[in-house]
Amino acid sequence: MAPHSTTDNDGDDVMQDTDAMQVDDTPDAPAVKSEPAVKSEPAVKDELEGMFDDDDDLMIDDEANDFKNGFGKTSTAPISDILSASPSDPEVMLQFYSRLFPWRQLFRWLNHSEVPSTDFANREFAFTLHNEAYLRYQCYPTFETLRRDVLKLNPSRFEIGPVYSARPRDRKQVPKGSFKPLEKELVFDIDLTDYDEIRTCCSKTSICIKCWQFVTMAIKVIDVALRDDFGFQHIMWVYSGRRGAHAWVCDRKARKLDDGKRRAIAAYLEVVRGSSQSGKKVNVDRPLHPHIQRSFDILVKDFAKNILEDQDPFRTEKQFDRLIQLLPDTTFKSALREKWSSTIDRSSSDKWQDIDRLAKSSVSKTLNAKQLLDHKQDVILEYTYPRLDAEVSKHLNHLLKSPFVVHPGTGKVCVPIDPAKAEDFNPDDVPTVLQLLKEIDQWRTSVKEEGEGATAQARVPDIDKTSLKPYHDFFGRFVQRLLNAERQAVEKPKAEQAVKIKKEEDLEF
Amino acid sequence: MEGAEAIRRARKQRRGNVIGAAAKESGLPYPTRLNFYDKPPTQEVSLEEFEQWAIDRLRVLGEIETCLFRNNTPAEIDATLKRLLDKYLPLASNHSVPEAERSNPKRFAGLTAERRKDHYSHFILRLAFARSEDLRRRFTRVETILFRHRFSTDDTRERHEFMSALELDSQVVGEGEKAQYAEQLKAVLALGARLPPEKTRAQFDAESYVKVEWDRVADLVESRRVFIRGGMAYVPSGALVSLVLAEFSKKLDQSLIATARLLPRLDEDDRLIPILNHLSKGFSAPEYNSSAAPTTLSGEAITAGQIDGLKTHFPLCMRNLHSSLRRDKHLRHFGRLQYGLFLKGIGLSIDEALVFWRQAFSKFTDEQFNKEYRYNIRHSYGLQGAGRNYSPYSCQQILMDHPPGTGDAHGCPFRHFSVDNLMLAMESQMGIGNEEKSVQSGVKQDVAARKYHLACNRVFEHLHERELKREKDGGGGSSMRETIVHPNEWFDRSWNLKNPGSAKKGRVKQEVKEEDTAMT
Repeated sequence: MAPHSTTDNDGDDVMQDTDAMQVDDTPDAPAVKSEPAVKSEPAVKDELEGMFDDDDDLMIDDEANDFKNGFGKTSTAPISDILSASPSDPEVMLQFYSRLFPWRQLFRWLNHSEVPSTDFANREFAFTLHNEAYLRYQCYPTFETLRRDVLKLNPSRFEIGPVYSARPRDRKQVPKGSFKPLEKELVFDIDLTDYDEIRTCCSKTSICIKCWQFVTMAIKVIDVALRDDFGFQHIMWVYSGRRGAHAWVCDRKARKLDDGKRRAIAAYLEVVRGSSQSGKKVNVDRPLHPHIQRSFDILVKDFAKNILEDQDPFRTEKQFDRLIQLLPDTTFKSALREKWSSTIDRSSSDKWQDIDRLAKSSVSKTLNAKQLLDHKQDVILEYTYPRLDAEVSKHLNHLLKSPFVVHPGTGKVCVPIDPAKAEDFNPDDVPTVLQLLKEIDQWRTSVKEEGEGATAQARVPDIDKTSLKPYHDFFGRFVQRLLNAERQAVEKPKAEQAVKIKKEEDLEF
Repeated sequence: MEGAEAIRRARKQRRGNVIGAAAKESGLPYPTRLNFYDKPPTQEVSLEEFEQWAIDRLRVLGEIETCLFRNNTPAEIDATLKRLLDKYLPLASNHSVPEAERSNPKRFAGLTAERRKDHYSHFILRLAFARSEDLRRRFTRVETILFRHRFSTDDTRERHEFMSALELDSQVVGEGEKAQYAEQLKAVLALGARLPPEKTRAQFDAESYVKVEWDRVADLVESRRVFIRGGMAYVPSGALVSLVLAEFSKKLDQSLIATARLLPRLDEDDRLIPILNHLSKGFSAPEYNSSAAPTTLSGEAITAGQIDGLKTHFPLCMRNLHSSLRRDKHLRHFGRLQYGLFLKGIGLSIDEALVFWRQAFSKFTDEQFNKEYRYNIRHSYGLQGAGRNYSPYSCQQILMDHPPGTGDAHGCPFRHFSVDNLMLAMESQMGIGNEEKSVQSGVKQDVAARKYHLACNRVFEHLHERELKREKDGGGGSSMRETIVHPNEWFDRSWNLKNPGSAKKGRVKQEVKEEDTAMT
């Protein structure tokens, strides 16, 4: 069996997603026997090599597996050839879009129904091409047309905007003022760069599992607030590909919020305020608002491990100075400073305990225990509470990167995160596009070695051969739940009306 | 079948507007003092009433906008409004008429007349202010504040009647549910109030809650002043005003847009349109009333040559424009307008103005000047083009309209300058340097609080400290009654303080000025 023959499935729906976009020149995955007819001479040789090569490394450079892109143009570069390329290599992206991207589910997600509607057709897509050109106001009636265009333009990434009152492409044809955004998911953006002043393990674009915990904590706090307080149910969290996460709140009511109401939610959730020049960034009234109290109860559990231990944020003099700044009472503060200046090397956990110990020793007569407690709570919030990029959430017409696109810098796929298992998510485990393409290759080899039937294998979609599969399935289930809710929302008023009419009839006679 | 008929009738009645039903019962067109303005007036009014009522309401609204511009607190606005409303737009409550006589329409006639005026003037101004988005936004804003004032000063029982008639689509929170969320509700109730726990508990026990969808009280959500669960906000009855206000401004917004769409179809003759146009223009800042102010110096017209000497009576914005003009031998469009109209306001005639500007623009040839600027200057005196006699810009217009860009010298230094540049300007233009620390820090505070007029007035008080004291000692003190909100007011007060006794002579020019304003 050829290691690199490709099928035309893009993974999300084998039966329905067959259009002109076949990447392969052979509609049915070629069986071993038919292969020499299609393949050039070296391919056969390499195939043999691959067969007996125990080396895990399948990146055989001179592999020649011809395939066509959607326009019948023959592309000579095989997967293996591009595996050595950079993740943002156009050829890699083309492979990814044609074989692994969940077009159909994306369509169902944005269309809110199986039947194509304006929810999808009037939705703006914006492409960033490989030459950094930015194409806004693209729109498509169906996912096939979207997919075709993506394969043609081959963007390095693309974003999703609002649903407009008319097709975004026609914006100049409709009367002035009547082209306006109508709805879009309520979105949130958490980015670790906003935590740079409090994270010590990494900075700028790099991240590790330690500082990823900031994002984990943020997901926990925001998710529960959106569900319990605002009553939203369809919240999808997506890894942003490098150092953050996005939330898409897809409930019908959320999609229809105007800017003012989006601003209200963003402000409701915002607790850490101020720039690097401002002093204390958490100033919340007491008693704590139920939302802040609940958030605090969640965060305080993680404070010792995630912050004190892993981040060790009060280690250096400059760092603990910042902590002292946030505490009350001058006498008490100078006592702390004195103590820590002589024992700079004490860990943050020890220093945190020093605060209570010193307070008990009644070093300051003016220190108010309640006030100290409040300030300590504020410190915990300042070092743990989610830092949202509020501007993203406030505006209906803000564009946000689509789920499942590839981050051009890291090559990682923007996969969904299950908020119920947010703590298990590790950005290091997220597959890169190169890894996924390699998995397709490896899958073939392993099957071949196990000697399974060629026909059975031919029907396996590419996506099933990769570690992207669980994310696809998760997304699919999310979309299905959303669609069910949409259907109910449409059917319910009808049913109610029917009941009403019936009742009225009863009354009449 | 008879039974069915009765049910149908009953259903119809239930669906009917409650206000309408109440009105029918009591036979009154305006059963409550408050009005949600959801029904347009249908009776005839005379043209005089049409205009007079609108102007009266406009005075009130204009004052509200001034208060906003001064950053007044709601309490301050309420105090101002109380005075003003009694004069221009009184609205008495039902209990001003004895209960027994309320059913008698005659005893109610006074109230009905007041309410009618309130009702009609509101709708007349809708017509005047629906035309542009900016006007609509401002109108909704001030009308909402007016409504809030009346709502909060309303009699408790009448307010309750009004609210229940509104059908706000809220559910009452039962005792069981209230107990379930007692902890959270108490926390929100006590938020920032710093009450002892027992007080909070007592307040909580006495409080009743209603549940509404959270986005109906988005402002309470935004500032976390309400408890929300499952998309519903638990609003204490005390905070219901926020709900009503949100509803009020939402409805008004919608109807203004609807009105704007219908305006072209009004197809009105020349009776109403001129009045409406005039009204919407009047809704811009309290205009500097030049006829009421003592005008120029000793009552004689000032000449172009005197301007440099008068600079000591100019506010900072004008001194800055003057210096820019002398330095660059030029001012850009809005600079010319702001400064030129100010000079016109202090009494520079059109002939002198042409001399002044011709001399000031010394780097231009006569031909250039005549071609580019002469028309402009004459235009601002109403002698060219539309013949509109422009009034000097008020502080509000300077603050709000046309923010200066690069190369512009107009605007308000307190608002449009960085703090450092403002301090430099104060030093170079007014001699308020580092030795006047208290003034500097006061100005910085005001500016940080966005109270620009206060900063400017602070500077005024500092520069006229001696004169103000003398005036106060002399029993006068009339010129510092209110904060200055117009550059020409600054000039007049400054002039009068420095030249006591000359004010009266200025009255000579008053009649001419009246004519000017009549033209606008």
